Amino acid sequence: METTITTYALILALPLVAFVVQVFLGKRLPRGGDWLVIGAICIDLLLSLRVFFGALFFSSFAGTPFVWNLHGWLGDADTGVLALSTGIMVDNVTAMMLVVVTSCSTLIFLFSTGYMAGHPRYGLFFAYLSLFAFSMLLLVLGNNLIALFMGWELVGLSSYLLIGFLFEEPVVAPDIVPASACKKAFITNRIGDTGFLLGILTLFSFTGKIAYGDVFEAVRNGAFGDHATLLTVAGILLFCGAMAKSAQFPLHVWLPDAMAGPTPVSALIHAATMVAAGVYMVARLYPLFTPDALTFIAYTGAFTALFGATVALVMNDIKRVLAYSTISQLGYMVFGLGVGAYSAGLFHLMTHAFFKALLFLAAGSVIHAMHRAYHHAGLEWNPRSGENDAQDMRNMGGLRKAMPVTFVTTAVAVLAISGVPFTSGFLSKDMILGGAFAFGFVEYPQHFLIPVFGFAAAILTAFYMARFLIMTFLGATRVAERGQEALRESPWNMTVPLVLLAVLCGWFWYNPDPTTIFAKGWVSSFLTPPASAVPPTLVTPSADAHHVAHLTAMLVSLVCAGAGFFAAWMLDRRGAISLEHWRLSGSRVYQLLANKYYVDELYHTTVVAGMVGLSRILGWFDKVFIDGMVNATGRFQTGLSELSGLIDKFGVDGLVNGLARFVRDTGNEVRQIQTGRIQNYIVYATVGLIVLIVVTGM
Amino acid sequence: MANILSWLTFLPLVGMAVILIIPTRLWKNSELVRYVALGTTLGCFALAAWLFFAFDRSSSGMQFVENADWIPYFSIRYTLGVDGLSILMVLLTQIIGVVGVIASWNINKAVKGYFTLYLLLQTGMTGVFCALDFVLFYVFWEVMLLPMYFLIGIWGGPRKEYAAIKFFLYTLLGSVLMLLAILALYLNMQAPSFSIIAMADPANFRADGWLVRNMPTWFFDLTPKELVWLAFFVGFAIKIPAFPFHTWLPDAHVEAPTAISVILAGILLKMGTYGILRVNFPILPAETVHFATFIAVIAVINIVYGALCAMAQKDLKSLVAYSSISHMGYVMLGMVSWHSEAGLNGAVLQMFNHGTITAMLFLLVGVVYDRAHHRRIDGFGGLWAKVPVFSGLFVVASMAALGLPGLSGFISELLVFMGAFASHRVFAVIASSGIVLGAAYLLWTIQRVFMGPLNPAYADKDAMPEISAREVASVVPLMIIVVVLGVYPAPALNLIGPTLGSLLQTMQSAAGAAILP
Repeated sequence: METTITTYALILALPLVAFVVQVFLGKRLPRGGDWLVIGAICIDLLLSLRVFFGALFFSSFAGTPFVWNLHGWLGDADTGVLALSTGIMVDNVTAMMLVVVTSCSTLIFLFSTGYMAGHPRYGLFFAYLSLFAFSMLLLVLGNNLIALFMGWELVGLSSYLLIGFLFEEPVVAPDIVPASACKKAFITNRIGDTGFLLGILTLFSFTGKIAYGDVFEAVRNGAFGDHATLLTVAGILLFCGAMAKSAQFPLHVWLPDAMAGPTPVSALIHAATMVAAGVYMVARLYPLFTPDALTFIAYTGAFTALFGATVALVMNDIKRVLAYSTISQLGYMVFGLGVGAYSAGLFHLMTHAFFKALLFLAAGSVIHAMHRAYHHAGLEWNPRSGENDAQDMRNMGGLRKAMPVTFVTTAVAVLAISGVPFTSGFLSKDMILGGAFAFGFVEYPQHFLIPVFGFAAAILTAFYMARFLIMTFLGATRVAERGQEALRESPWNMTVPLVLLAVLCGWFWYNPDPTTIFAKGWVSSFLTPPASAVPPTLVTPSADAHHVAHLTAMLVSLVCAGAGFFAAWMLDRRGAISLEHWRLSGSRVYQLLANKYYVDELYHTTVVAGMVGLSRILGWFDKVFIDGMVNATGRFQTGLSELSGLIDKFGVDGLVNGLARFVRDTGNEVRQIQTGRIQNYIVYATVGLIVLIVVTGM
Repeated sequence: MANILSWLTFLPLVGMAVILIIPTRLWKNSELVRYVALGTTLGCFALAAWLFFAFDRSSSGMQFVENADWIPYFSIRYTLGVDGLSILMVLLTQIIGVVGVIASWNINKAVKGYFTLYLLLQTGMTGVFCALDFVLFYVFWEVMLLPMYFLIGIWGGPRKEYAAIKFFLYTLLGSVLMLLAILALYLNMQAPSFSIIAMADPANFRADGWLVRNMPTWFFDLTPKELVWLAFFVGFAIKIPAFPFHTWLPDAHVEAPTAISVILAGILLKMGTYGILRVNFPILPAETVHFATFIAVIAVINIVYGALCAMAQKDLKSLVAYSSISHMGYVMLGMVSWHSEAGLNGAVLQMFNHGTITAMLFLLVGVVYDRAHHRRIDGFGGLWAKVPVFSGLFVVASMAALGLPGLSGFISELLVFMGAFASHRVFAVIASSGIVLGAAYLLWTIQRVFMGPLNPAYADKDAMPEISAREVASVVPLMIIVVVLGVYPAPALNLIGPTLGSLLQTMQSAAGAAILP
């Protein structure tokens, strides 16, 4: 099934046009123009599905991706930098990403019509959503590093605008201020992007190319020559971009704060699609990563998976649990790619997009209901004391009765994220853990920590997700009594997306065999790893090792999930484990987790304070010292001129005046002689004559 | 069209003459004066548009050359011409000229005098970019200085006298050094000539002259050529402004009226880098190579130091002024990156892009100042909900300034980095921190001015009116250019490419093996 550039141009253009129209006319269109944005994304979804099914059933991109180049983009030159072109490339990975992005977007846009109803900037919200969709599609469709970077940063912009959408609110959740959360997200991402850019520059300076295929080929042909270390450095620099966007430790700090945006935003951008961009980037540039760079990636991902999960254990804010869970799950994808489980990493990207979007939308649905309950009861949230917090799970409980659809769909997602059989999450997580098992336990025992972290995170995931489900929906309700009667299931435009996403959490879409023992499903053949462009020095785990590892890993991960669920059950029913007791016991570990390892505090006292302090010092230095020198020079000049003025006045002019005065005074003195008396003159003459005689005589 | 460049240069003088003979008493509010100024600059813009289409994009040499005797006794000629290096600057001058008149519409003090000086300034600026004879160049350079002094000194803010005199003396110091350097070159010519083009050919210098013999002098053992190079460089560096000659800029900006800030940042600063590329590069290429690292160091200081200082500012205008210092650093960094054509093209494109982007920022700061009568960043808060259109424009302008892809600043900064990374890798890596710092100070400003709860001082209905149609009209043309060139930069790069290609060859052959990896 052939595709043409028209398809992709349409896919890109529709959300962009919708964005532009919305920005200018959003307020004047009926319903704030939401139909325009949703219409555009729906058409995009259909086009993407067509591309995807073409690729899946008719192998349209088998071997050769679709490539289209826009020549003369930078300039009309024939050679050199100005001859670089931009363009579009589509292969199986792109096709999958298109479907993930457009399907999540469509459902979440629909959900937003309910969630954001009545907001004064309703139309603008949809404009931003459309801009986001455009940027994300540009990111996945581009055929070169620059286009990737452009989409990358534009996604950052839309995320900035959406996190800060409620900019006038002083605080939206404990310690979360939209106005500073959006800034934090953008700047943290910029730090990663700077690394990303330096990586691009390193590649460009050695290859002179920017298109993916050209760069890979140049590297394969030895563009780096003896500078193999630089290639590793370039790979790690590129990965810095992914670390920020996909919230890997230590650049994860922006993601929990990004929950300042309205919940659909959290679902779309900060759970399902945008954060997956980093994973997509690693997959897209996979041939460039040297074994060392991949090992670095694997460790970062594995650590992040465990790190995020531990923090999620003790969070009470419903969105924060999900935020740290996202960080942890992104860690899975990243270390999956790092250990060479390429298709598994991308597969998890897809399954996670659906179940995490579902979880966030469900949280949105719950928060929506809680707000209504508090509103009905006349209770207001007190940001100081934390009373009546509609997002605090300690104020929920028993919501299953009032919100059955939300409850059932959430339960499905919880099973999926915990890796229970018959769900999509089981399939993808299992593949990653299998890869990690083969890598760390079978092939490279020195890297055993990677699978250990992975399995430990799996236990914790099951635990905190079960805790999430129990605290929110099960047990007796803790909702204020007066508000209980107002608790209601959300309207259809919010529940339908939930149901559809829950259906996408089933195993049958991905593999007819839920155990993966008999059939592998389409994913592993559809998303095959590209040939590496660097000489492989690491042995890729053999098929046998994989097979052995796969079964073992499956069993271990099942045990892990079971252990997690059991612990959560103990927590709930038996009270044998109690987080509350743990908290009250003043445990240092609990404090550490509840404060998210103090990473934010650390950055605040070092990086932020350092930068602001340095800027203050330099600002002062500039004003007092540099400008002071200029002013001092000026003052020196005026001083000099005053001095020369004085010299002129009292020296030069004084000399002239003094001479005149001397002449006058002498004249005055000498005048005294002329008395006019003849006797005096005779005396003068006589004295003069005597003097003359005496002098000449001697 | 014959003599297009003369028309372009002197049309503002015609407008000025018309303004001078308008009897102001007959017209209410001096409205006619403003329209004449607007008409004149629009006329210039139309001529520039013609120039844009008529310009031969395949030629690297001078085009539309006009050459006539002026003062034959000293071999001073009236020579005008444009090539890829100057064409963008000439176009930018005409665009900013129109925008500046629109932004000056609310000037009510001595309107006639204001626009007279404004048009004189316009002539000076266009002339500098077109002149190919050093004396002519110098005359235009000085013609530009005087109206600027009065425009700041009369129509400026509270400390206008201090700012004006500082600007004037500082620039004059540069002019004097430049004049000395010009004379040094002139005295060493084989056949007396002030032609900038002729001086670019070493064969035109006297073989027995002290310049060509180039023996080290008593002055720090520098050779005469190096001294000439430094004299030119300091003259131009003051205009850029390069660290440590930059402190006149924030003062001048803070005190100058909005339109004058726009011109100052949009065009005057470019004359510094333009001068270096027009004079230092082709006439003294070997010395330029010798001092290339020195320029790169200053460039990096400008980028990082300027950005950090910007972050410390409390006044919106001085923040934008320091951001200009930072952004002009990219121009200098790209200029001395000769491994590929990316650096030079990026530098010249950055000159144009910075002109449009910073002009937008200054226009918008002017808008908010007209309403609030102050510019303290901490004195606002939550304006987004109150004035969404203005806020949206400001955010777009800030995004352009911080180099967001899709807007023009990104392309030029990217090209600069592509060039610099190959030629000065360590400096490029240090300079890349400017990317983060730029985002930090701009977003912090947006947060403090536009986000959070609305400042009660502006809660009144009339306290902060939305941006007016006239003000939008001054910003939007620039924004369109920024978006178009951000998405599709070829129209600008095609204009400058061939000329910069041949300039690059000059530099590469001067640098010889020194720059090859």
